[in-house]
Amino acid sequence: MAIELLSTPLHGRHAELGGRLVPFAGWEMPVQYEGIRQEHLAVRESVGVFDVSHMGQIATSGPDAEPFLQRLLSNDVSKLEVGGAQYSVLCREDGGVLDDLFTYQLPDHSYLTVTNAGNHAKDLAWFRRQAREFDVEVEDRADELAMLAVQGPAARALLATLAGGELPGRMRTSTVEVAGASALVCGTGYTGEDGVELILASNDVVAVWDALTAAGATPVGLGARDTLRLEACFHLYGNDLSEQRDPIGAGLAWCCKLETGFIGSAVLETVAVEQRLTPFAFTGPGIPRGGNSVLVSGASAGEVTSGGYSPCLGIGIGMAYVPTAIAEPGTAIEVEVRGKLRSAETRRKPLYEKES
Amino acid sequence: MADENYPDGLLYHPEHDWARIEGEEATLGITWFAQDALGEVVFFDPPAVGSTLTANESYAEVESVKAVSDVYAPLSGEVIAVNDDLSSSPERINDDPYGEGWLVRIKTVEASERDSLLDVAAYRELLGR
Repeated sequence: MAIELLSTPLHGRHAELGGRLVPFAGWEMPVQYEGIRQEHLAVRESVGVFDVSHMGQIATSGPDAEPFLQRLLSNDVSKLEVGGAQYSVLCREDGGVLDDLFTYQLPDHSYLTVTNAGNHAKDLAWFRRQAREFDVEVEDRADELAMLAVQGPAARALLATLAGGELPGRMRTSTVEVAGASALVCGTGYTGEDGVELILASNDVVAVWDALTAAGATPVGLGARDTLRLEACFHLYGNDLSEQRDPIGAGLAWCCKLETGFIGSAVLETVAVEQRLTPFAFTGPGIPRGGNSVLVSGASAGEVTSGGYSPCLGIGIGMAYVPTAIAEPGTAIEVEVRGKLRSAETRRKPLYEKES
Repeated sequence: MADENYPDGLLYHPEHDWARIEGEEATLGITWFAQDALGEVVFFDPPAVGSTLTANESYAEVESVKAVSDVYAPLSGEVIAVNDDLSSSPERINDDPYGEGWLVRIKTVEASERDSLLDVAAYRELLGR
């Protein structure tokens, strides 16, 4: 059976730009246009625009919206104000991670939660099942909404030339007219750079994309999205997070407010962290990839969950689950890449940070 | 990155590798098609000088930002030189796949193996170009 891939409203633009389209989480998305390295560096040095319309959105409203989300999301939702943004994970009862998400509170006190494309249907079903005990309305907004990320040190300046109002600061959100379209502008991103994400009507996204690229934003594909987030040590669901891993070992205790009583918190209170997600960098040749084994003193010690080449550092980098003793930054490890042992050392996160 | 091209006078392997025959020796590399499919090459892991290549078997790895690819030997032989410049400038494989982006030079051992390789017309036909 042929599986039909979904496409975003920008599919035609990607093809016109020479984007190399590949299947990703059920969508046909551009992995690169001109080249991953150039696109990566454009975001580090200037500004890039990403079509992330494959990501999903769930709207939550009603009298119980806050206690409902407090029950589902790991962070303290009571601290989320109108115009605020909050990162959290969605856990099962056993503490396994269903997804990692950003939630925004809108002026009407409703909430908008952004899901990973591959998890959207699962998340939505989870939200709806849990909603039965609350006076809330849960709506799937993924079809009607598109999403762009505008990232890089020049992102805000570029966007300011197209915006009809002031842009929100980091971890803030507000509705601003951008290139004639109403957009929820969010001071968030997945690159380690300053910038914003725009959530807007699917019907408007082509015009806004055109305005951004005409103003000088470099189109960036999923390939550079991955290398950028890996340099910044942001988690990728399906690699670094899964239902088989808990958020504490993943290094996300900071967004798991156990006292809020979210689903999974009871288990996480007692969890013994044996392995910790740890950034590492190669000290010699080679490029690690997800699934590679980590060895310490010749003995198997863990597994790489994300790996790749760092365009900014010029070396292989990654993140691996290793025993907590090895997670200490500066520990020498080896990574087995296609039968060859490569030298590496554990590092502090982020793996790449701009000199300020 | 170079424009698409497949020089006359080279022999081609269906796994997108080329061989330039020079008497008893041959220089090997990957084709424009291979480097384009791979994207920007960031790492070349060469075989050791003195090691033996077997036709149709992988002898090295070429790695781009997004993927790793085996390099297949179009011919059997002993490695007599590797392109050391690629350790510091692997992008030469993209910029000049038939020139400065050569991978290894071998001393061939079995002249009849050349007959099973493709000429440029047959390779282009394989690519549909």
